[in-house]
Amino acid sequence: MRIPSSWKIAAVAVVILAAVQAIPVISQNRPPWATPKGTTSQPTPRNPPATAPPSQNPAPSQQQNPAQSYPVPAPRPVGLNIVVLDPAHGGTDLGARGTEGIHESDVVLQFAAAIRRALEAQGLQVLTTRDGNENPSFDDRSARANAQRGAIFITLHIGSTGLAGTARVYVVPEIPPSSADMTGLIPWDRAQGPFQELSRKLGDSVQMEFAKRFKGSPSTVQIAPVRQLRTTAAPAIAVEISSVSVAERAELDRMIPGVAESIARGVVAFRPTYVIPSFPTPAGVGQP
Amino acid sequence: MIARWHLWVGGILLVAVVAAALYFPALRRRVDNAAQLTEKTAEQARRELLPAAAPSSGETMTKVKMFWGSNAGDGTLTPVTIELPLAKDPVLRARQVINTLLAGPVDPDARTLPPEAALLAFYILPDGTGIADFSEAMATSIPSGIQSEQRAVDSIARTLEADVPQVARLKILIHGQEVDTLAGHIDLTQTFRVNTKAGALPPLAAEAVPAPVGPANKAAAAAAKAPASCSVKR
Repeated sequence: MRIPSSWKIAAVAVVILAAVQAIPVISQNRPPWATPKGTTSQPTPRNPPATAPPSQNPAPSQQQNPAQSYPVPAPRPVGLNIVVLDPAHGGTDLGARGTEGIHESDVVLQFAAAIRRALEAQGLQVLTTRDGNENPSFDDRSARANAQRGAIFITLHIGSTGLAGTARVYVVPEIPPSSADMTGLIPWDRAQGPFQELSRKLGDSVQMEFAKRFKGSPSTVQIAPVRQLRTTAAPAIAVEISSVSVAERAELDRMIPGVAESIARGVVAFRPTYVIPSFPTPAGVGQP
Repeated sequence: MIARWHLWVGGILLVAVVAAALYFPALRRRVDNAAQLTEKTAEQARRELLPAAAPSSGETMTKVKMFWGSNAGDGTLTPVTIELPLAKDPVLRARQVINTLLAGPVDPDARTLPPEAALLAFYILPDGTGIADFSEAMATSIPSGIQSEQRAVDSIARTLEADVPQVARLKILIHGQEVDTLAGHIDLTQTFRVNTKAGALPPLAAEAVPAPVGPANKAAAAAAKAPASCSVKR
């Protein structure tokens, strides 16, 4: 039986229309790990993928809490090589603002420069997330540390409150392991999870130095869900100096050498404990 | 002469027109119903924005603990006992204590939340998660910093823990939206643990524990019992 050509044309048109209708359905069924949580675009340098690179910063063993532990194989020593300094805010985000025209985003750059010199004097390599008046995203700042091997991360802040002339160190509250952690990849929004014990040791080490030098500072590390730390796959602390509310800028400037030296001493004291195992991958796939 | 396939095409088109004529009225009814539903939802949202009704005069005054900043200036909190005409309904009760926190203590230096901020809505999910929706001023007027933002969240969480035991954890929204941080530092994408005894479900994976009240605060708490009889009427 001969099929009329107009029917063939109509059939082709129907197939094309059906295909066009199906495209949005396919794109909406994209798997959840295809983009970072809270974003809708494909991973780019400004939108890094949803998992932190496990081979760059290996996860530590959680030996102190065996009931809730991350999966780890036999340890392989990795020393502390790099310190990533993160002067917070920048660009249009001025951060905390004082009555004397003091902007957190400006002051942290000065602190970062001094801390960099103090750390380099101890033989450590230092990277910064910004050197000028730009404002990288939280994820971009974390990615700077996550791409390194044997790195620690220190984000620098000047607060609006607190006793003037004091300094505090923060680490994130406990992030319990989830089923996603058993895959061998670190979920991007829980990247800090496997590093909490080391972060706490680093925080205590630096906070102890602050307590010696700046009267009124706490003697132990503080706990707070600081957004910047959550996505960092490395031992990570936040340092907050008090405060932008000082009577004059010179009060903050006088703290710079002491803060720099305290952080350098704290990092050097922490350095011997920074021996962490390589990160597990299923059946050894992707092991460096 | 009319070709056979012309008859077929004509027949199919006729069937399509008849089917469309039958389907369109039903489609229109569904669109009208959807529009009415949207109006109802908007009305519900408007009602949520209205302040909670004042408790009736017959209610007894209840002692509640409000966690405001301590005078030490170190970011810690002090529990202050005051008397409020509290509702029995946990949602109304939560709104009352949070609004009291927003109104602030007598000493302005002990304030933990910005006076410009307003509580737009508060509701409690079946798993014990309390959702507190604040106006934009909560994020824009709060002093920026880890310590000040953490103190603000802790003051809400600890006050709810003391006065509204039905709330197991706290989620903070800004103008109905989940935001990354409160004012650039504290992570608001997670929930904050309020009361582990409330709620039947296990804790969520991403949950922050409020900082404990330090020894200095315990001493301040004892001192704070002095104004226990003060009443706040609004």
